[in-house]
Formats: sequence, C-alpha cells, structure tokens
Amino acid sequence: MTAITQPTGEVRPDVTPAARLQHTLHRHPALGPASVLVASCLVFTLINSRFINPVNLSLIIQQVAVVGSLAIGQTMIILTAGIDLSVGAAMILAQMVMAQTAANNHVPGILALLLGVAVGALTGFINGFLVTRIKLPPFIVTLGTLSIYTSIGLRYSNGASVYSTSMPSLLSWTGNFVNIGPFQLTTGVLLMLALFAISGYSLSRTGWGRHVYAVGDDPEAARLSGIKTGRVLLSVYIVAGVIFGIAAWILIGRVGVASTNNAINANLDSITAVVIGGTSLFGGRGAVLGTLFGALIVGVYQSGIALAGVQSLYQVLAEGILVIVAVALDQWIRKVRR
Amino acid sequence: MNMETGADTAAGRLETRTPTLEARDLVKTFGHVVGLAGVSLQLYPGEVLAIIGDNGAGKSTLIKCLSGALAPDAGEILVDGTRVDFKSPVDARRAGIETVFQNLAVAPALDIASNLYLGREVRRKGMLGKILRTLDARGMRNDARDHLQALGIATVQDMSQKVETLSGGQRQAVAVARAARFGSKVIILDEPTAALGVRESGQVLQLVKELRSRQLPVILISHNMPQVFEVADRIHIQRLGRCAGVITPQSHSMEEAVAIMTGATQIGEAAGDSSGQ
Repeated sequence: MTAITQPTGEVRPDVTPAARLQHTLHRHPALGPASVLVASCLVFTLINSRFINPVNLSLIIQQVAVVGSLAIGQTMIILTAGIDLSVGAAMILAQMVMAQTAANNHVPGILALLLGVAVGALTGFINGFLVTRIKLPPFIVTLGTLSIYTSIGLRYSNGASVYSTSMPSLLSWTGNFVNIGPFQLTTGVLLMLALFAISGYSLSRTGWGRHVYAVGDDPEAARLSGIKTGRVLLSVYIVAGVIFGIAAWILIGRVGVASTNNAINANLDSITAVVIGGTSLFGGRGAVLGTLFGALIVGVYQSGIALAGVQSLYQVLAEGILVIVAVALDQWIRKVRR
Repeated sequence: MNMETGADTAAGRLETRTPTLEARDLVKTFGHVVGLAGVSLQLYPGEVLAIIGDNGAGKSTLIKCLSGALAPDAGEILVDGTRVDFKSPVDARRAGIETVFQNLAVAPALDIASNLYLGREVRRKGMLGKILRTLDARGMRNDARDHLQALGIATVQDMSQKVETLSGGQRQAVAVARAARFGSKVIILDEPTAALGVRESGQVLQLVKELRSRQLPVILISHNMPQVFEVADRIHIQRLGRCAGVITPQSHSMEEAVAIMTGATQIGEAAGDSSGQ
C-alpha cells in the first residue's frame, strides 16, 4: 500500500553497451582478469603453439606459486585499503628462520616450520599494531618494516645460504612433484591453491570476511555498525603474516635453497598480481579469485613473451601497461551509478 | 509519576504514560562551549518527535547523547522509565535504540543484505555454521527482502545489489530499514532527507509514517519545516543549548516555529499560549 514507486535501477532501455559492461564488471570483479587471462593464452598459443603444451603450462603454474601465495595476504591487506611493502622481506625472514633453526640448531622440521610461520605472524602483528594502535599509514609502516625485516634477515643469516640438502625433508617437501593428468605440478602449487580456496571461503562466506570488506570500504560505517575495526584490521595483518610464512615454505621447495637473495622482486610482484586481479587499491572491492588470475597473467606473459622470441624487457613493459590499465579500469568501474 | 509534563501542556494534553525514551536535564559542555545546558525530552510510544533548531542549537549533541555516541556531563537518560548509562553506540543499540546518522553509515561496496546485517551476521545452522562459521547468506537475503517489502520499499528487489548502485533515496531507505530491523524501541533519524530530492524525501517520510504505524517511536532531526510539519506529532525546538519549547503542528504554524527557533518570539507569545516553559 505504501509502496514507493520508482523505476528500478536494473532494466533501463537507454543503457549503452559500455554501461552494461561496466555493470557486469562491477558485479563480477574477477571477470576482467579472467578474460584477459584467456585472451592472452589464445594469443600466445597462436604465436607459438608450444605455449599451450602441458609442460609449459605446468611450468607457469610452478613459477607462480610463491608470488601467488604472497598475493593472497596482499589481497587481504589491500581489501582493507592498506598496502604491504614488506611481504617479501617478511617471507625471506621466515624462510631464514625455518632453514637456519633446522640446519644449524637441529630443530625438528615440523618445529622449524612452525617457528618460521610464527615469525611471519609476528611480522604481520608488528605491521598491524603500528597501523591500528599507533595509527600510522600502512604505506609508511611497511616501507619502514621492509628495511627492518630485510636487515634482520641479513643479520640473522649472516648472508649465508642454506641448501635444502642440509634441511629436514619436510622443509623442501613443497618442491615435490605431483602429476595430475598431463600436468606436472608441485605440492607447493597445491598448497597455494589450497590457500586460495581457504582464504576465498573466509573472505566471502564468513562474518569475518564481510567485516574485512566493510572496514576497507567505509571504516566509519563499519564502526557505527558495531564492528571493532581495529581488531579486524589487526587480524588481517596477522593472517597475512601467517600466509607469508607459508609462502616461505613454498619458496624453499621451489628454489631448493634458503637465501636472502631469493625472490627479490616479490614485494612489487605481489602488488602487481593483486592489482591486475581487479582488487581496488581503495579497499572494499575485489576477491582472491581475481588475484589468482592476476598472478597467472603475470606468469603467462613471462612465458609467452619468451616463447614468442621477443626480448624479456617487453615482458616487463607489458606488465607495467597491464597494471596501469587495470587501475584505470578499476577507476571506471567504481564510478558505476544507477 | 511523570514530573516533567510541562512541555506537553503546549499540546493541551497531560501525558500519564511512561516515555519510551526520556532525557532529564542533560548537560554537555565542550571546553567553554556549552552544547547542552540542561535539556529534557520525552518520547512516547508510537509518536514521531521532531527536533528542530538552528545550527549550533544542540540538536546533534542531544541525539549523540541519546544514541550513546557522547556521554552527557550531567543529567540522566531513561528507557521505559529505567535509568541507562550508555558508554558507546553499541550500548544504546543493545537497549533497542537505533540511529541512522547523517552520513548514512552504509558500506557502498557491500550488497543490501550484507549492509542490513553488518555487524550482526547470522551463521548457518548445524556444523557448517559452528565449525566453518559459514554465513547463512540465503537466509539473510530472504529476511532482508521480506523486511524491506513489509516496510513498503518495493523498488529494491535484488538483495545482492550493491548499495552504491542504488539511488540516494533507496540508500536512505536501506539505512532506515536496517535501523527498523533491529531497533526494537526507538529509531533516531539525523537529517534523513538532507541530501535527497523532493520525491525521494517523500519516500523516506512515507517510511517514517510506516514505522509510526508499527508503534515504533521515531526521533527525527530536520531542517526542513514542511517535512517536519508533515510527519511530526510533536516538535521539540532547540535554541542555544536549551529546549525553547515543545509544540505540535496543530498548535503552532511553521512561521511561529521558526520564530521560536530563532528567538524572535518566546513560546508563550507565539500563539497566545501561556503554558510554555
């Protein structure tokens, strides 16, 4: 009886194809990176048919495992409108703790692993504490802790590398091969996929996940809704730290050696994967599924451009263009209105 | 029982009911600035009480005290005749007082159902909810749809629509619906139509009337006199941190209300009424 009459925002005759596309991408943020991934694979296959070979595809996924895992934690932090520049340094520190305690202090493998993951969690806690309690901007906090964690890692390891041959087999377990059909994957890859599944579930199907999005979207609205925003933020940084610790485990398996020289570009690569994956740097928008596509896109370009016989500098160029296009697209999608 | 019926006599009747929400002599100062200099207010079941006043008259301070966002320096707040002590908005919410703040407090990138249940999510029954903490997304969506339909908000059909894709009026309707969903005693609306066009304002006022018909009392803060006179049962006029009087749309005209609000006339002179404060 008291019905409010007004045309709904859904079906309007005057919508242009561009507006419809904008709406679709707005609803399904992972759709953009998914289509870029498929299109890129098609193009690279046309250029060089070896690209689509299962061996090559397996290699791409293996290469993506470390950055992909880091990008999961990075996605959570970016969803809260934050950023983490220290992910690579945190991972290296956790990696050195795992390797050193096991190889030099003869700590059992499982304990060394847990110790490393705990160090990852601690780095996250420190970042989160500085962001939520001291109220410093995440960019500044993690710029500082990037240097701090890097130098602690160097000091702790004395710059020495630890080879997986001197570690308990558990620590290099993530490098073991697993054959699935024609594909040769590693347990590290499966671990990464499991991390994506668990974090995707937590973000989209639990109250905690809703709160993470709300805090990133509009912290004031979240606070007025009774959400303890500081606690949610802190939990995100700690969970991300744990993921960086697990990424360290995957890294040892992938490289076969624990060294402070590993994964030099991991910090920025993880942000690249998140941004290409369609998660908004302004917080509250995006999903880890998109990040998985984003990480795969980076891997696909690396492989595809090499197979096309083009200099590898073009791969870096392509990555840069993709990042800018992705952010421009995000700006456009965020402008969506009725 | 009720000692503070002075304000109501302006309406020519004596209230004997217990107010759902009552404030007694609230004082709030910010350094040298006096926000509230002893303000009393009664809100009775099923009525719409408008609060009007110039900028700096203490409207916002008053509702912030009532909604737990500010703690008064002196005075007391009673819910159903029982004294309460709000330390935060969460306390007020637990007491059944829901506030829709001026900035709406909806998360634009979340969908309607998520916003309706933000901070009060419902988990699935059974093992999924207990162990995996799975949300009952479908249940919440269905409940949200039923609730919005019951309130007469018919234009919003798809509960998985993100709030930012809604019009200003629909967004405000979602915010009010959210308050009504969980506010068991009192709904406080702070300038709900300030950012809206004429037609959309009409939708929100319709919603306010719907709440009243459900016996849910509403406090409406507004600058818009025609709207206030359209929906309010009584009008509390704030001036310089005090209550300059409580009138009704029947006892006074809009011009008289503005005159009292700006201090041009005292409440007694306005309509030859001698029963003011």
